Amino acid sequence: MNAFRHTLLGRLLADPLAVFALAIVTLLVVSAIFADVIAPHDPTAMNLVDRFATPSTTYWMGTDNLGRDTFSRLLQGGRIALYVALTAVTISGLIGLILGMLAGFGPRWLDNALLFFFDTLRAYPTIILALALAALMPRGLGTVIIVVVITSFAEYGRVVRTQTLSLKNSEFILAERAMGASFARIVFHHILPNVLGPFFILAAMNLPVVITIEAGMSFLGIGVPPGTPSWGATLKDGFDYIRTTPWILLSGGLPLILATVGFTFLGEALRDQLDPRLRKTR
Amino acid sequence: MLRYTFQRIVLALAIVFFAISALYTVMITLPGDPTTVLLGPRATAEIRADFRERMGLDNPVYVQIAQFWGRILTGDMGTDFNRNRPVAEAVLNALPHTMALVFGAIFWSATLGILLGAFSADNRGSWLDRISGVLSVAFIAAPSFVVALYSLLVFSVWLRWFPTIGAGEPGDIMSRLYHLALPSFAIGLAWVGYVARIVRASMLEALGENYIRTARAFGLPRRTVIYNYALRVAILPAVQVLGVGIGGMLSSAVFAEIVFSRPGLGSLIYDSVSGRNYPVVMGSMLVAIGFFVTCALIADLINAALDPRHRSKA
Repeated sequence: MNAFRHTLLGRLLADPLAVFALAIVTLLVVSAIFADVIAPHDPTAMNLVDRFATPSTTYWMGTDNLGRDTFSRLLQGGRIALYVALTAVTISGLIGLILGMLAGFGPRWLDNALLFFFDTLRAYPTIILALALAALMPRGLGTVIIVVVITSFAEYGRVVRTQTLSLKNSEFILAERAMGASFARIVFHHILPNVLGPFFILAAMNLPVVITIEAGMSFLGIGVPPGTPSWGATLKDGFDYIRTTPWILLSGGLPLILATVGFTFLGEALRDQLDPRLRKTR
Repeated sequence: MLRYTFQRIVLALAIVFFAISALYTVMITLPGDPTTVLLGPRATAEIRADFRERMGLDNPVYVQIAQFWGRILTGDMGTDFNRNRPVAEAVLNALPHTMALVFGAIFWSATLGILLGAFSADNRGSWLDRISGVLSVAFIAAPSFVVALYSLLVFSVWLRWFPTIGAGEPGDIMSRLYHLALPSFAIGLAWVGYVARIVRASMLEALGENYIRTARAFGLPRRTVIYNYALRVAILPAVQVLGVGIGGMLSSAVFAEIVFSRPGLGSLIYDSVSGRNYPVVMGSMLVAIGFFVTCALIADLINAALDPRHRSKA
């Protein structure tokens, strides 16, 4: 028991905010995995007799303009949100990791070129780029993921580069080199494990951002294909009928706020635990 | 400082050049007839043929990009074929609305955030500090477009305190500000959190510095030391973050403009995309990126001017 208190999970559970965040995230993940089992109705089934039904025991969060059960749609939307977030963060993280280490290790000109490349990509405001690309690409989750990857891998690249640079010149790496360690050993045995800490913190902090981008793009009609129960699409339906049936909007925003707040607090708690240097001002 | 300023301006120009050129290249090299892409499906065969010749679409890509920038530099951003007006006119009409929205949001959120951050640092560890810490993170996490939608529902539709549509009567400042209130609230909320956190952290750092200790030792009032000496230094990192944050705010502005049916760059791009009006999309992108890069540049230069240490970091 004493040993548990010193594990990452043990330390997280000592922080009430982290417990709150973990509870929300667990709830979201479980409800996304078992969405089909939990959902009281088929999320895409239209029931024109019950259009705009108010929340009741049959329809917990009411129905939309086509009589689809809002609660079941939101459960399904959680799946989409988590799928996009995990895929996009993994892809952009990997690209950033590779480019960042290249910049940190490579010759000076390559470092400068990659830094300039990162800066250029950062100049695109995410949603505005999404709109411009949406005009050129088919609507779908693939486009959402591409937009997120383009606008976010530079951030990983920068963090990994800074970390690699400072490690490259540290004494223990010099010692390793002096002892004749191979390049591969230095990269995979020493640099990579030390880079991964800040990298994972950034990835955790990016999950809620990506979830918001997906919902935002779907709200604008440039995300999921029509009829797909994304949280953003539900919010759009709610916005269209804001005066007559506000509960679609109210319940549509709820899981999105829960997800972003939950993941953000979890990311904060993880950062505090994994990177004690950042705690000095707390 | 002059050298640094020059370097930064060149870098900013290069970034805008490459960011826009890359986008333009994607547009003209896409499979399909580029005249359809650039003119939209509504263009007649005559316009197409004229356009193909005028734009030099049979030239190699790099020549086309050079020609594109040549036209931009002479102020010709193309024609908005849906409404038959120059793109420059459409974009320049929209820009002030978006700027008002973004700067309005920065103004109120930075003021509140700085006060909150300074207060938290001053009363470190108090329950008010803790509440403001948790609230800051919650504000940062809440998606701005959900904040926009919910505030529209509560304050405009239910309570009817604020208007739901438009940017107000032209020329009437009060009406403009009245229409600006809710959208800038929605965009700024997250920034209250960001600014408060940054100011709090950098203020705590500043309070540990020697010159603060000296000021205290000289018997200056605590208020003067904290809100005058320490805060002055603690604001700098927030300026930097706000400059870079304009990019995020432009994204939020798209939602605020659509939710509150306001004119602006965001709604202009949105309408152009649904109408496949590519010249307008390209022109708006150019102005949006130019605006963002300029703001980040100014924030960076302000920082460098006020804090010489910043210059060597770059």
